Amino acid sequence: MSDITKQSLSELIKNIKDKKLSSTEVTKAFVERSEKSKELNAYITEDFSAAIDKAKKFDENPNLDLKLPGIPMAVKDLFCTKNVKTTAGSKILNNFTPTYESTVTQNIWNEGAILLGKLNCDEFAMGSSNETSFFGCVQNPIDKNLVPGGSSGGSSSAVAAQLTPITIGTDTGGSIRQPASFTGIVGLKPTYGSCSRYGIVAFASSLDQAGPMAQNVRDCALLHEVISSYDEKDSTSIDFKRNNYVKELTNNIKGKKIGIPKEYRVDGMPKEVEDLWKKGIDYVKDCGAEIIDISLPHTNYALPTYYIVAPAEASSNLARYDGVKYGFRADGENLIDMYEKTRSEGFGAEVQRRIMIGTYVLSSGYYDAYYLKAQKVRKLIKNDFDEAYKKVDAILTPSTPSSAFKIGEKTNDPVSMYLNDIFTVPVNLAGLPGISIPAGHDAKGYPLGLQIIGKAFDEQNLLNIAYAMEEKINFKNKIIDWWIK
Amino acid sequence: MIVCDIFNYHMSIDLKTIKHISKLSRISVDKKKAEKLAGDLNSIFEFIEKLNELKTDNVQPLTSVAETTLKLRGDEVKSKNLREQIIKNSPQENEDYFVVPKVIE
Repeated sequence: MSDITKQSLSELIKNIKDKKLSSTEVTKAFVERSEKSKELNAYITEDFSAAIDKAKKFDENPNLDLKLPGIPMAVKDLFCTKNVKTTAGSKILNNFTPTYESTVTQNIWNEGAILLGKLNCDEFAMGSSNETSFFGCVQNPIDKNLVPGGSSGGSSSAVAAQLTPITIGTDTGGSIRQPASFTGIVGLKPTYGSCSRYGIVAFASSLDQAGPMAQNVRDCALLHEVISSYDEKDSTSIDFKRNNYVKELTNNIKGKKIGIPKEYRVDGMPKEVEDLWKKGIDYVKDCGAEIIDISLPHTNYALPTYYIVAPAEASSNLARYDGVKYGFRADGENLIDMYEKTRSEGFGAEVQRRIMIGTYVLSSGYYDAYYLKAQKVRKLIKNDFDEAYKKVDAILTPSTPSSAFKIGEKTNDPVSMYLNDIFTVPVNLAGLPGISIPAGHDAKGYPLGLQIIGKAFDEQNLLNIAYAMEEKINFKNKIIDWWIK
Repeated sequence: MIVCDIFNYHMSIDLKTIKHISKLSRISVDKKKAEKLAGDLNSIFEFIEKLNELKTDNVQPLTSVAETTLKLRGDEVKSKNLREQIIKNSPQENEDYFVVPKVIE
């Protein structure tokens, strides 16, 4: 069967279940395409020959009742994978091979999927363009020298370029939704507490969530169903009734109330983004949903809040990288000197910057002025959403204030890089689910996404709205394989 | 857009503060790096200062997005004999201990 890699996850599963394709054929097809796509730099670690062996083993005695029967997939290199190197995009973990598996990836392998390799990402998921990775920039398959977004940039590039049928990323301030938007794919950040954080390299623990990235909403729903689980190994995992998200997927969203927050009309937003948003509003109206104007008055304070809370948690989480127990170690004259050199040589510039910010806002005399203040504003931001959800079922916004930008365009100005996440960060601060779906192109032909924000634990409703809109939008990604010689 | 230029405005985070934070962070910085960091941190903090527009005296800080109490578990050993696994990624090889530079004379 030709063009295996062009098939969606749902098509591949059907073909494997109907015995029209074997896992080995499918795995080989994705391996071959990945081999031809090295220029994208989407992978940090390839595990191709092991993947083909696992596929052959699957085919010897295929269990077709599984949800991901013999499906190959690559995952973001922030998930610990047993006996496969896990770097978090950092030099400091370049020699780290976990002796255990993250819960989210274990859930995936339990349903029959096969690891292809580990995908590039911003160092410790700190970045919005994949340019902070120790392993180099990732190319966006949409156009040469275009960033794929970040931090899950290898993940978005690999799905858009069809190097993997689906993948998982992590999202602390937009790291699934923004790269999904930049590459014309679907990305879901689930409700905080839906997916276990066990075995995910920690960045900001009160914000981090794993989530699926896929070519369409149905595939996204299926992968979410697999990864979402209660896990006692994560003390913030929440025990709630999880749906059969695919089975209950419907495009009937008649009568749903969709909120449009006026504060998301930010200064300097390109007209194309504004127009796309209007189009999105028309689409949901066409589906029979009701549009309601709402206000989220503290939206403008979300990014400053985030840039206190996230670095504060990061500075604490990253204290563990000291050159003693695992990871890179630099030589030093004494213990303290060894710590300081290890961390100075092992972490990249953006990570060091954030550790410094976090250390400063938590340091003696500044805690109340910064950290406590930010936690109070975070409460106000969450209250805004709670208030809005008394009137609406979900909220529709653009995913990003612009389309993808060129590699190197924003690296010298951290604040302009941070502004990328202006529409996605409030969702993490409030712990809500958010999904980005591709919705159109700008004048350059680059994809633009729309974001739907749901109530906590209401992923089903969120997926249904996305599914209904996807049908109306009928988006086609314009990728011409420019990197394949 | 906020343009970051370390020479053109008052630096609230000076090089002395950077040195102090770098010590607390256990990240060594030379002068050149300290100057760059001072510039970056000042532009970031200028952006963060926006929060001072809000009066928050009567707001309770958010401690958890989910309104659940942390689950308690029994104090039971669930996995043991992991020494080999724990030592496996140690930067300096030794089958029994983590090895660090000498700390006592």
